[in-house]
Amino acid sequence: MIAIVDYGVGNLASVRKAFIAVGAQAELVDDPERLREARAVVLPGVGHFGHCAREFDRSGFAPALHLARERGVPLLGICVGMQLFFAGSEEAADEPGLGLLPGMAARMRDVPRLPQIGWNEVRLQGTHPWLGGIADGDHMYFVHSYAAEPASDVVLGTTEYGGERVAIVGDEGLLGVQFHPEKSGKPGLRLLDAFVKAVA
Amino acid sequence: MTLAKRVIPCLDVRGDKVVKSVRFEETKDVGDAVVLAERYDAGGADELVFLDINASHERRRTMVAFASQVADRIFIPFTVGGGIDSADLAAEILRVGADKVAVNSAAVRDPAIIGDIAGRFGSQATVLSIDAREHDGSWEVVVDGGRVGTGNDAIVWARDAVGRGAGEILLNSIDRDGTKLGFDLDLVRAVADAVHVPVIASGGASSGDDFVTLFRETGADAGLAASIFHYGELTVAQVKDALARAGIPVRPVLS
Repeated sequence: MIAIVDYGVGNLASVRKAFIAVGAQAELVDDPERLREARAVVLPGVGHFGHCAREFDRSGFAPALHLARERGVPLLGICVGMQLFFAGSEEAADEPGLGLLPGMAARMRDVPRLPQIGWNEVRLQGTHPWLGGIADGDHMYFVHSYAAEPASDVVLGTTEYGGERVAIVGDEGLLGVQFHPEKSGKPGLRLLDAFVKAVA
Repeated sequence: MTLAKRVIPCLDVRGDKVVKSVRFEETKDVGDAVVLAERYDAGGADELVFLDINASHERRRTMVAFASQVADRIFIPFTVGGGIDSADLAAEILRVGADKVAVNSAAVRDPAIIGDIAGRFGSQATVLSIDAREHDGSWEVVVDGGRVGTGNDAIVWARDAVGRGAGEILLNSIDRDGTKLGFDLDLVRAVADAVHVPVIASGGASSGDDFVTLFRETGADAGLAASIFHYGELTVAQVKDALARAGIPVRPVLS
């Protein structure tokens, strides 16, 4: 079972429907205990970082997620879910992230418009065992005003929006995407499909 | 390359029916509307907008079910609008998989709804739809399907709404709607220059060149059209070809 963490935030139905569309057994999970059964854990998130971090904290998922990480259960973060992997975000200085990756999310500056809404090309800059299905130059759907600024070399893909912005991060046992694969048409579904097959 | 300009077909629905008939095939119920949406997806649409132009209370239930069916089958972003008059209704539509809701008349009557929706779901899910018509050298906001003038200035309203949390403006020119005279460039430019959020221009497009002109001459991020796509007079691929030839960044139509 692929567990989609339901902590009361975001477009969970879309994420689940996209996993189902690629033939995965995906469930929305609102009980942290159930992460024990999960073959992989998906952390979605949309909207304000502070709201997501607060709701995540309140949901009681943090210990279970750290435990899953220690046990080597694959984690996939999407949008603000990916930003939650970091220490925090400029968007909400008082709300810490999970601290699984060093660095922060910061407001994008010198951009034409905020939020960035729409399809932008992803430039691949690294490889990861779960990062299949997506080709260099594929357009993916982005909706965000803040972007991760990793303090270590975890960047696997970038996109250009008033400067180079982080689009994909990865580490051992963890993958995060700023864009929405569940809303990125065929390349997005291919990415999810490759993830599902790789963690099977 | 950078962020692609978006080409967005709009489907006018009435509860459970696509209002405008479609040239290649009669479209009569929800299932057919979903099939039509899938065709637009396959044809390279970057996003879809479903507007219930005359939503009544019962029909809103249908819109939630409809949005859920769309989300089962379409894996590109879509917006649902028309008759959304509460954050709770917006919540239902977003929870089943819509990405954004568009508010129009209800927001004019009670602007607080913008902040209510943005506060719960984020600005990225909150689209303000403005119907505007020229009036004495400026643009007046009109409501109820373009029938009723409000006396409000469209530029001022756009700015106000963004301040309240609207993350995108869907800007429809009532003067150009259905005329095939091209987008109202002055209106789009004025609004796009006044706000920092993306603007979707609507009303008047009939050719790929209209989209080229829109993106060359205004700060619009997206162009939307309904009838010309429905009736098969123009395809999304043709629009994107014209844009690409003009050097405007687009997301290629995938085969």
